[in-house]
Amino acid sequence: MTAAVTIRIQEADFDIAREISALAKGRSDIGAVVSFSGICRGSEDGASIAALTLEHYPGMAEAEIARHAETAMSRWPLSGISVIHRVGRITPGENIVLVLTASQHRQAAFEAAEFLMDYLKANAPFWKRVDGAEGGSWVDAREHDEGAAARWTKS
Amino acid sequence: MRLKYFAWVRERIGKTEETIEPPAGVQTVEELMAWLAGRGETYAHAFETPRVIRAAIDHAHVKPDAAIAGAREIAFFPPMTGG
Repeated sequence: MTAAVTIRIQEADFDIAREISALAKGRSDIGAVVSFSGICRGSEDGASIAALTLEHYPGMAEAEIARHAETAMSRWPLSGISVIHRVGRITPGENIVLVLTASQHRQAAFEAAEFLMDYLKANAPFWKRVDGAEGGSWVDAREHDEGAAARWTKS
Repeated sequence: MRLKYFAWVRERIGKTEETIEPPAGVQTVEELMAWLAGRGETYAHAFETPRVIRAAIDHAHVKPDAAIAGAREIAFFPPMTGG
C-alpha cells in the first residue's frame, strides 16, 4: 500500500487521537505510529507569557514540509506521515504542532518523527512572537535547532 | 519581481510585500539586500545585519550568493522558530 502524506497548516486546534485514527484507518500494514506534539509553554526564557502568535509563509511552508516528508519517505520504510502546524494566536497549554509517522516497525517511525521535527524547526518558515505584558517580541532561533537538523545530513 | 517580508523584517520595513525592479548590477541575494538597505531608514534597519537574514526564491531556501535572475518571488525573513 502506498504511503499517505497529510500536511495541514491551520488556526484551529487538532485532536491527536482522531489524527492517528485517520492515518491508520483501514490499513493492516501499520505496526507502529509515533506521535510528537509541540505544546505552548507558559514561559519563555524564564518570563511568563500570555500567548504566542505564529506567523508563516503560505505556500512555502507547505512546500518545505512536503520536501521533508518526501526525504523521510525515501530514508525510512514509512506507511504514512501527518504534519499539522497551527498558526495565529496560541495560549499556554495549547497544541502548536503535530507530527505522526507510521511504519511496520517502531524504529523507522521513531527516527522519522525526530528527523521531521528537527528539520521542521530549522527550515520550515514559521515564526513565533511572544505576546507578553509589555507588548510583543520575536522568539530568537536557537542554535541548537540548526545543529539538530544538521546531524541528519551526516550519515 | 515580487518581494515578501516576514516576522521582524516585515515589521521593520512596514510592508508585507511589494514589487520592485532592481538595477541590472544587482545580481545576487546579498546584493539585493545591500540595495534594499539603501532605500530608506526602515529598510536600513531591517537589513542592518544581513548575515542573520534568510532568503527564499520561489518558495525554496537560498544562500546569499544565489542569483536572482528569473526569480518571481523573493522572501526575506529571520531564522525560523516554528515547531
